[in-house]
Amino acid sequence: MSTAFEHPTYNYKVVRQFAIMTVVWGIVGMLLGVIIASQLVWPELNLGLPWTSFGRLRPLHTNAVIFAFGGSALFATSYYVVQRTCQVRLFSDKLAAFTFWGWQAVILSAIITLPMGYTSTKEYAELEWPIDILLAVVWISYAIVFLMTIKLRKTSHIYVANWFFAAFIITVAVLHIVNSASIPVGTTYSVSVYSGAIDAMVHWWYGHNAVGFFLTAGFLGMMYYFVPKQAERPVYSYRLSIVHFWALIMVYMWAGPHHLHYTALPNWTQSLGMVLSIILLAPSWGGMINGMMTLSGAWHKLRTDPTLRFMVVALSFYGMSTFEGPMMAVKTVNALSHYTDWTIGHVHAGALGWVAMITIGSMYHLIPRLYGRTEMHSVNLIGVHFWLATIGTVLYIAAMWVNGILQGLMWRAINADGTLMYTFIESVEASGPGYIVRLIGGLCWVAGMLIMAYNVFMTVRRGEGARQPLPQTA
Amino acid sequence: MNTLWNDSLSGFWSAWIIVITLGTIAFSAWILFANRKTDKAPDAEGNVETTGHPADEIEEYDNPLPRWWFHLFVGTILFSLVYLVLYPGLGNFAGLLGWSQEGQWEEEVARAEERFTPIFAQYQEVPIPELARDGEAMQVGERIYQNNCAVCHGANAQGGYGFPNLTDDDWLYGGEPENIVTTLERGRNGLMPSWQQLGEANIENLTQHVLALSDLEHDAESAEQGASLFASVCAACHTPDGTGNQALGAPNLTNDTWLYRAPGQSVADSIRQTLRNGRNGHMPVQQAYIGEERVHVVAAYVYSLRFQD
Repeated sequence: MSTAFEHPTYNYKVVRQFAIMTVVWGIVGMLLGVIIASQLVWPELNLGLPWTSFGRLRPLHTNAVIFAFGGSALFATSYYVVQRTCQVRLFSDKLAAFTFWGWQAVILSAIITLPMGYTSTKEYAELEWPIDILLAVVWISYAIVFLMTIKLRKTSHIYVANWFFAAFIITVAVLHIVNSASIPVGTTYSVSVYSGAIDAMVHWWYGHNAVGFFLTAGFLGMMYYFVPKQAERPVYSYRLSIVHFWALIMVYMWAGPHHLHYTALPNWTQSLGMVLSIILLAPSWGGMINGMMTLSGAWHKLRTDPTLRFMVVALSFYGMSTFEGPMMAVKTVNALSHYTDWTIGHVHAGALGWVAMITIGSMYHLIPRLYGRTEMHSVNLIGVHFWLATIGTVLYIAAMWVNGILQGLMWRAINADGTLMYTFIESVEASGPGYIVRLIGGLCWVAGMLIMAYNVFMTVRRGEGARQPLPQTA
Repeated sequence: MNTLWNDSLSGFWSAWIIVITLGTIAFSAWILFANRKTDKAPDAEGNVETTGHPADEIEEYDNPLPRWWFHLFVGTILFSLVYLVLYPGLGNFAGLLGWSQEGQWEEEVARAEERFTPIFAQYQEVPIPELARDGEAMQVGERIYQNNCAVCHGANAQGGYGFPNLTDDDWLYGGEPENIVTTLERGRNGLMPSWQQLGEANIENLTQHVLALSDLEHDAESAEQGASLFASVCAACHTPDGTGNQALGAPNLTNDTWLYRAPGQSVADSIRQTLRNGRNGHMPVQQAYIGEERVHVVAAYVYSLRFQD
């Protein structure tokens, strides 16, 4: 990393490191997604090797996109935003550097251990206990750096983006530590301290809040800084942010049981998971409204600014998937959608449409500024990336909707004699075309990310060549 | 204790759940109503003046909550409260409708039984060989087969490595109607013990002897040496002439059916592997899952496979 752009006040080095790794891990994680999507079309692509089988690469894909790509993006943007909005340097450069190298170490450990088959078997928390401990240490260091920076702020108020970042950081620490509690049996194997339905409930309490706090609250923090910045408009409503922030973090905590409808979980727990998921609709949409309405008076900018377009489409997909989520949490709908590809489609509407789009929009704003420039190397290439990402997302989620509803209906169809109309394998065969469309969507995404990598590379190189002084802070 | 309250939780935990659930909903409602409106007037563009504390030059308007969004929020809260009165959710309170997932399941099963029992009762009267020639019944039988049996025995019932072919006339436990029904009712456990303790030389001789029994290419001298060992060790189950014993599920070694021959493996290698390591065949009990009436129909379907080309 170049030292030519040392900011007089702020620590941009760690932001630059995380921003570059966001692009790198984005490509790796999405490429893994394309590989496993291909395996669902052509199973022989698992190569007959244990290390490359679907069951081992799928958790590597989810860990890479959520924690490596999404995590690096959250570190980069939260460190940038907290410094700029508090007008103070990060609390500790050394601890911040530790969070960067520690986080990369966690990711590398995942890349090594997951294909080897070491897993705690908990979805989205597969890493074994020694890596879990490293992750906890890194995360607590992150919390110290972030919260202490807020404490040292030179502004009277804490900006709304920082509320969301802080809630995300604190909650993820609690979720990770509670859910990963286990009894080690050797260095590569451990047993959860919970058992049976309680283990499942703890796991999905973690799992849904990984969505709610890691993939929602954190990225709302990103949205609250980069959308008004890029649009150069005031945030629509301060009081709306207050209401939807508190309601969101209060209610998200309860939604986990909707992952366990019609299981051994007690009836009352399932109902609470369902009704609080429904109450979650309005608080979720509060964030979408606040982002969208911030653009009122700046809509014309969408014609010329593909970065802003990324952000607006991200907010649209956020609104869509946070409507879809409460709907799927209703037991009657869930009875059809559960265990089908609809769930995969829903997750990707959020992960590609919201998380990745808002990240990419934010990165296109952030990266030139970190390298002493005001714009990316090529605005046209941002436009190309935008269309690839949008088309890719639409293909992906549409294919999974069709597959999901198809599977749900095929599994429950019965003949006049009460026998099932279709065997399971027939539903797999019927899903084939959808898997191909999904693969095409994924390829669009990877192509877009490669264009982004080129654009970022050129931006960084030109920036380094120019060696202009960084713009001063306000 | 009455039907409105169950006892799945202790009194304390039930009360705790009720308090934190209603507390969370009440908090959401309070924060919503407390921040609903502003008494400041909007400007020419319709925006209420900013808060006056910009962050990195970002200003924030203090606009009131959008009306439709406010009503949406209130609507979901009302829906939830009504739902929690009707359905189980508040601790031990069972809900006015008395609904539970177990109750829903039992109702659905009862409705299905009512609808489908007459169909199967009618088939139950017909003996299996006759039922096997009833086209309509065999369509039903095939569906039961495809949904329960095909996962191991294959969609075409020709089996696979370790899973018997049901379309030929070679039966481990007998192919008469009563044999098939017994297999489905009670399951089967086939056990071929490991004979590693005999040593590799003897295993090789036995292998050659078994190859000789089925007229496959073999080493005559070695097969001859294996004959006496076969008589003392193997004949007890497979009978002295190697034709097997259906009472034990001991396979016939004189024909060309080799259940445990892996794809691409030679017969000789599969016999060696069987002798060294033994084999375990497990046919699970089906009656517990599909019931006596469906066992009868699917048994007739399996019986019917012998007439089909």
